[in-house]
Amino acid sequence: MAIPSYATRGERIWHYVFLGLCTLIFLFLIGPLLVIIPLSFNAQPYFTFTQEMLTFDPQGYSLRWYQDFFTSSRWLNAIKNSFIIGIASTILATVLGTIAALGLSSRHMPARGVIMALLISPMIVPLIISAAAMFFFFSRINLAQTYLGVILAHTALGIPFVVITVTATLSSFDTTLIRAAHSLGANPTRTFFKVVLPLVTPGVVSGALFAFITSFDEVVVVLFIAGPEQRTMPIQMWSGIREQISPTILAVATLLVLLSMLLLATLELLRRRGERLRGVTPG
Amino acid sequence: MKKRGTSSVIKGSSIAFAGLSALALAVGAQAQQTLNIVSWGGAYTMSQQRAYHDPWMEQTGDEIINIDQSGNALAGLRSQSQAGNVTWDLVDMLPADAMIACAEGLIEPIDHDELLAEAPDGTPPSEDFIDGSLTECYIPQIVYSNIVAFNTGMFPEDDQPSTIEDVFDLENYPGQRALMRRPINNLEWALLADGVDHDDVYDMLETEEGIERAFAKLDTIKDHVIWWEEGAQPPQLLADREVAFASAYNGRIFDAMISENQPFEIIWDAQVFELDGWVVPAGKLDKVADYLYWATDTQRLADQARYISYGPARLSSSAEVSTHAEAGIDMAPHMPTYPENFATALQKDDEFWVDYLDELSQRFDAWLAQ
Amino acid sequence: MSDSAAPLTTADGVPLKVSLRRAVRRSKFKALLLVSPLLLFLGVAFVIPIFEMLSRSVANPEVSTHLPRTVAALENWDRREVPDEPVFEALVEDLREGQAARNLGLLASRLNYERSGMRSAINRTARGLGSMEPPYREAMIDANARWGELDTWKLIERESSPFTMSYYLAALDRQLTPDGEITMAPDNQQIHVSLFWRTFWMSGLITLMTLLLGYPIAFLLANLPLRHSNLLMILVLLPFWTSLLVRTTTWIAILQSQGVLNDLMVFLGVIADEARWQMIHNKIGTVVAMTHILLPFMILPLYSVMKTIPPSYMRAARSLGGRPFLCFRRIYFPLTIPGIAAGGILVFILSIGYYITPALVGGQSGRFITNYIAYHMQTSLNWGLAAAIASILLCVVVVFYLVFNRLVGVDKVKLG
Repeated sequence: MAIPSYATRGERIWHYVFLGLCTLIFLFLIGPLLVIIPLSFNAQPYFTFTQEMLTFDPQGYSLRWYQDFFTSSRWLNAIKNSFIIGIASTILATVLGTIAALGLSSRHMPARGVIMALLISPMIVPLIISAAAMFFFFSRINLAQTYLGVILAHTALGIPFVVITVTATLSSFDTTLIRAAHSLGANPTRTFFKVVLPLVTPGVVSGALFAFITSFDEVVVVLFIAGPEQRTMPIQMWSGIREQISPTILAVATLLVLLSMLLLATLELLRRRGERLRGVTPG
Repeated sequence: MKKRGTSSVIKGSSIAFAGLSALALAVGAQAQQTLNIVSWGGAYTMSQQRAYHDPWMEQTGDEIINIDQSGNALAGLRSQSQAGNVTWDLVDMLPADAMIACAEGLIEPIDHDELLAEAPDGTPPSEDFIDGSLTECYIPQIVYSNIVAFNTGMFPEDDQPSTIEDVFDLENYPGQRALMRRPINNLEWALLADGVDHDDVYDMLETEEGIERAFAKLDTIKDHVIWWEEGAQPPQLLADREVAFASAYNGRIFDAMISENQPFEIIWDAQVFELDGWVVPAGKLDKVADYLYWATDTQRLADQARYISYGPARLSSSAEVSTHAEAGIDMAPHMPTYPENFATALQKDDEFWVDYLDELSQRFDAWLAQ
Repeated sequence: MSDSAAPLTTADGVPLKVSLRRAVRRSKFKALLLVSPLLLFLGVAFVIPIFEMLSRSVANPEVSTHLPRTVAALENWDRREVPDEPVFEALVEDLREGQAARNLGLLASRLNYERSGMRSAINRTARGLGSMEPPYREAMIDANARWGELDTWKLIERESSPFTMSYYLAALDRQLTPDGEITMAPDNQQIHVSLFWRTFWMSGLITLMTLLLGYPIAFLLANLPLRHSNLLMILVLLPFWTSLLVRTTTWIAILQSQGVLNDLMVFLGVIADEARWQMIHNKIGTVVAMTHILLPFMILPLYSVMKTIPPSYMRAARSLGGRPFLCFRRIYFPLTIPGIAAGGILVFILSIGYYITPALVGGQSGRFITNYIAYHMQTSLNWGLAAAIASILLCVVVVFYLVFNRLVGVDKVKLG
């Protein structure tokens, strides 16, 4: 954002004030995430920086909370559960959501607005309400306290994200490419795999990532409908924060921040790939 | 243990069938079952683990899984029974919750003499537990107490608080107070500190004037109260000196005094004691009967008192209470039931709270929000 | 197309119009077919549960199923005094049956919601029925004074219908008098309405905060060259992708009285060690943490709107002599209003439904109505009341959702 040459002095000052302001807001956004990373290496069971940490005394740092985490069967079991539930519900949500998105992006889709509003609603309805509702219903049909129950619930919560991202990708999809492929002699199957799929994949994958992170991060529904066998990471964190707040939580938090960085990087790569394939170049 | 197994089986309709199921029982015992036991977590579960679970697992090869859900046990039992999929085998619960669960048919009625072990001197179980503690579906384990504790470092050595009145006395004993965010105990303490007689507390709380009087007394310290919700918070708050006084479960304070050497002291005056114990979810009696018979006998209850300062609910166990497993100190003076501590104790009236908790909780919340 | 002209036909002789219509119908059908598995799934796993929960807020089966004889016997009751022996006989029989089946608990709880003391009246009386002899009227009143009170019987009669408004009334701090009139609950029992208002105004405040912080960021991102803005965008998206619990935990670490911020200020000498600020477990905690958590939901819609505003508009305005602030206010700002509406409604909807963050950092004063839903679901176990509060909240959310859909269109929502 360059300053135009005709800018007055006041405008120049304002410009730098504005940039300073933005820096502060970015700090507000990112700072908290950065603060916990060093704190998770605290040698003391405190939530704040100790004297030793501030003077960079190696004594002040340790990996004990990470050790705590990796040797605790509760945490490891919770991780395993989170991945099982996350992956299963992601697959379900992605398959159902992608198929539906294909229908939704058809020009002749009847009652599109209503159906879309309905499909997005799990994202909008407060989680506590969904959780209470699912608790009653799943209890009645013997799905509460089972893996299947939690997976189905998380599938429902992940679906809006898949539908949104995939329909967005499909709407920017140039249908003349299909006709071009046909006219060049490709049969429908070949067209689908060679033309449609590569162009749509980034959207599907990013939808899947959203669905996964939704499940991976979800507390409320699990709190209500899961049994002791389905304890997930967020549940473990939730009870940790409420009961005995130990820096192990910060170690877990740091690992989760790394995970989200990884997911974000994947997403960014996908986006660039998508743009390249569609022939859009970043300006 | 064997004795109970056979006797309950012979009660079955036919001898042949009984023989078959005795076989099944024996095989079942060998097959090493998994027991899901719900309790409170923290130091309390640990004391159960060491007094009951560990020796039992060693003896039988069973696996015991601890589930820290006692705080939501009633909701859990309800939803599991609705779901027709009860995964809990044995639940540690407060008597008031147990009364509700029992009335809803969520837990098994218990014939104490039939299911539990006799005292070593042959006293039947129905006479070996604290008077009035055996209710329809309930097997008490311990007596614990809600007390107010303080950090001795916060007050001059020659003027340490000692009574419940001191907790409400901001002038002589300034500082923040940490109280549990619920009406139970706080209303009782308010009335006791206001000079109401022990015997009249619950009668008064059934009247509008009594309730108003209790809230009025609480009003005098309201601005100096931090409300806690998890049992681990009060020792933490006292240790950090964020508060001068904190209401707590006596075992948590004892634990912090012994294992962390915290300079805490318990005000035993006006302790509100209650029981804690086992209930058996409907349909689980056969599965847990052997464990229950063993884990509630005289020696086991006395053993638990070596790990946590809660008094055994069996009279015959009290005599067996010895020293702390690690610190080696005599446990008796730290028990709520120790005569000196017990002089001004008030028993929590579960029937009262079963009736009035809904109404008074709402009123308490409204009072907090004012 | 004029009438005289021959209709166009396709190669096989079918009129083109018909053929086209058929093709459209076929593709409509195909599209529906593709969407149907998902609709079916969401119907079963989401929509039905929600409706079932809504029905719980009015369902009132306890009295009619557990006291059928009593209800029948009360049919011709004059409501002026405590009923006579036949009604008591019916009650005893109902309670005996319930006691044998061990299912009086829900009935006892249900009546206790309306009138404290009914729980033990029922449970205690039912336990003592074994030895009870007629005449039952005296014996019952002897066993528990509640049976001799007129209000008890008015209550039983009133709650004998299979539907009730009492949960909604309780959710709005109102109650029925024994004679069936709606009144406000006593002052010292009112809690829900003020919590609803608190939820709304705090969510409004959080929305405003996200707008104030999000607007400059979105503006910056929209006006930087794509190469730089992509980089900065990552700073917005990273918190968005980070676990909600992680973000809440970090605020606990930062804001608590022994936390990073207080330590820093004590170290800098801004505040004294004894006078640390209480920034968590109150409203401040909730507002700060939730503003942080919801900020990306404001920035993203704002950004996508600002991206579409050609920079030449502002330049044109400037070249026509407008002062910068005036140009911004008259030209740029009005163009971003759709983004503000989209982000604002989205943040507001999400905010009023938040449960985790207020529960962890809100303490007593920073609690939302959602925390009360959880309380009634898990602790007080008054599920009917939980359902009623949830239904009211859901209605508010749905209204805002419809407005959002009308203004923005859900299909325009973009993620990242």
